[in-house]
Amino acid sequence: MLHTVNKSPFEKNSLETCLRLIDDNSAILLIEDGVYGALKNTSISETVIDAQKITKIYVLGPDLKARGLDKSSLISNIEVIDYKGFVNLTVENEKIQNWL
Amino acid sequence: MIFGILVNEGPYQHQASDSAYLFAKAAIEEGHTIFRVFFYHDGVNNGTRLATPPQDDRHIPNRWSELANEHNIDLVLCVAAAQRRGMVDPDEMKRNKKDADNIAEKFRISGLGQLIEAGVQAERLITFGD
Repeated sequence: MLHTVNKSPFEKNSLETCLRLIDDNSAILLIEDGVYGALKNTSISETVIDAQKITKIYVLGPDLKARGLDKSSLISNIEVIDYKGFVNLTVENEKIQNWL
Repeated sequence: MIFGILVNEGPYQHQASDSAYLFAKAAIEEGHTIFRVFFYHDGVNNGTRLATPPQDDRHIPNRWSELANEHNIDLVLCVAAAQRRGMVDPDEMKRNKKDADNIAEKFRISGLGQLIEAGVQAERLITFGD
């Protein structure tokens, strides 16, 4: 199942809730303000790093760039993808859960 | 693959309408089909033809109309959400005795059943919103 999270973890707890419910069939894509959840050295970074042991985490590149961020600000092994990659993730995963 | 898209947020509010549009465009470029975009809650405001954003800004309602025209996408506004927010097509204008309609090209107003049908007909349903 693909999970998309579009809120900053410093604004809402949707990312934390999502991370509590994932399994090894999950993929997580951070979009819009959700990209802040991919930053290293924040209060939620450890939780995200723990989740990476179970699941793959992606971040939407255009939304990252729109916020003045790039790969160098991110936790390692988070994959930056474009909208084409976003579409491919929705094809690969039969179910999509959009955390709003 | 056939996609359905649900948009729950108005234009120029946060980013949902932009994300939904860019996703739809990318899906089409990848050879997929968008069966329907269903606009719910404040999302119905994407369907106004009276918007005049600054010239250097994107025109969100027109952008949806153009995409629908080019790729035969069904753009549906939820009727209950539309009535609350003053989104009116010619039929609703007559039915509710209003003096004008304001729906943009290629958009139509219908019921929530259209969202359920999109979920049944499409292989993937993706939601953008607040």
